[in-house]
Amino acid sequence: MKELSLNILDIVQNSISAEASLIEILLAETDETLRITIKDDGRGMSQDFLATVMDPFSTTRKTRKVGMGIPLFKLAAEQTGGELTITSRTRDMSPEDHGTVISAFFYKNHMDFTPLGDVVSTLISLIQGCPDVDFLFEHELPNGETVHLDTREMREALGDEIPLNSFEVLEWARESLNEQYGF
Amino acid sequence: MKSLEELAAIRNKMKDRVAIRENNGDIRIVVGMATCGIAAGARPVLNAFVEEVRKQHADNATVTQTGCIGMCRLEPIVEVFEGGKERVTYVKVKPAMVPRIVKEHILGGKPISRNTPSVPQNNNGGY
Repeated sequence: MKELSLNILDIVQNSISAEASLIEILLAETDETLRITIKDDGRGMSQDFLATVMDPFSTTRKTRKVGMGIPLFKLAAEQTGGELTITSRTRDMSPEDHGTVISAFFYKNHMDFTPLGDVVSTLISLIQGCPDVDFLFEHELPNGETVHLDTREMREALGDEIPLNSFEVLEWARESLNEQYGF
Repeated sequence: MKSLEELAAIRNKMKDRVAIRENNGDIRIVVGMATCGIAAGARPVLNAFVEEVRKQHADNATVTQTGCIGMCRLEPIVEVFEGGKERVTYVKVKPAMVPRIVKEHILGGKPISRNTPSVPQNNNGGY
């Protein structure tokens, strides 16, 4: 992937396939490091499956949902000297607190660091595709400020009859994020 | 700073329009957004369709996303479904092609044939 924001878009598709109702996309950035955490409340993965998701060649067509997405994200982290970790709990294991957390850590100054890229377009694409899923986005910037978008707050302001993927609402979200980033 | 109050204003402005629009979505523009599509550039294509449909007032079209369509080497792939008509598949779509697809196909009813492959339907990989 040319940008880490594309890896994020890709990895979040797994959360959507896992029927998550809330997906948190959390970025913590310093001058030297970046941590990307994607946390969902979906159905989770079994321990057996979890052991295989890092390996692209373990995937069969039937489980194509996972495929190359996680290996590519893992490679992007490891090639900077960082790492990727996954924890997951199924409904059976943990009925109250199930879901998957993928966390990738990057050293930004490594020559093989992939730039984060257009994370705003990633978020807009996600809301456009899944207007019924909730997204919490937080990006802690190196200067200490935090960029924030929470579709639950948007939903509350909009009421039930306006879908989140209405053009005007997507534009509002794009402008809100651009403003916070200072674009 | 954008405020949530602005969303409440959008809500009031749109309330009446939503009911009308729901009956009109008879063309579906579907963008493949699996790993293969995203890596090949599907995100800007998706956003270009969302914008052009709005800009050209193609109110009878909705833009949706799907997983892997099965021809990964031809991504980004966009499929157009229209009631009573055969599905049209565009391959290797670039954002610059999107205004013309919306104008000539979605609004004008004439699919652009240059970017539609003749491949077996329901092909599940192998491409």
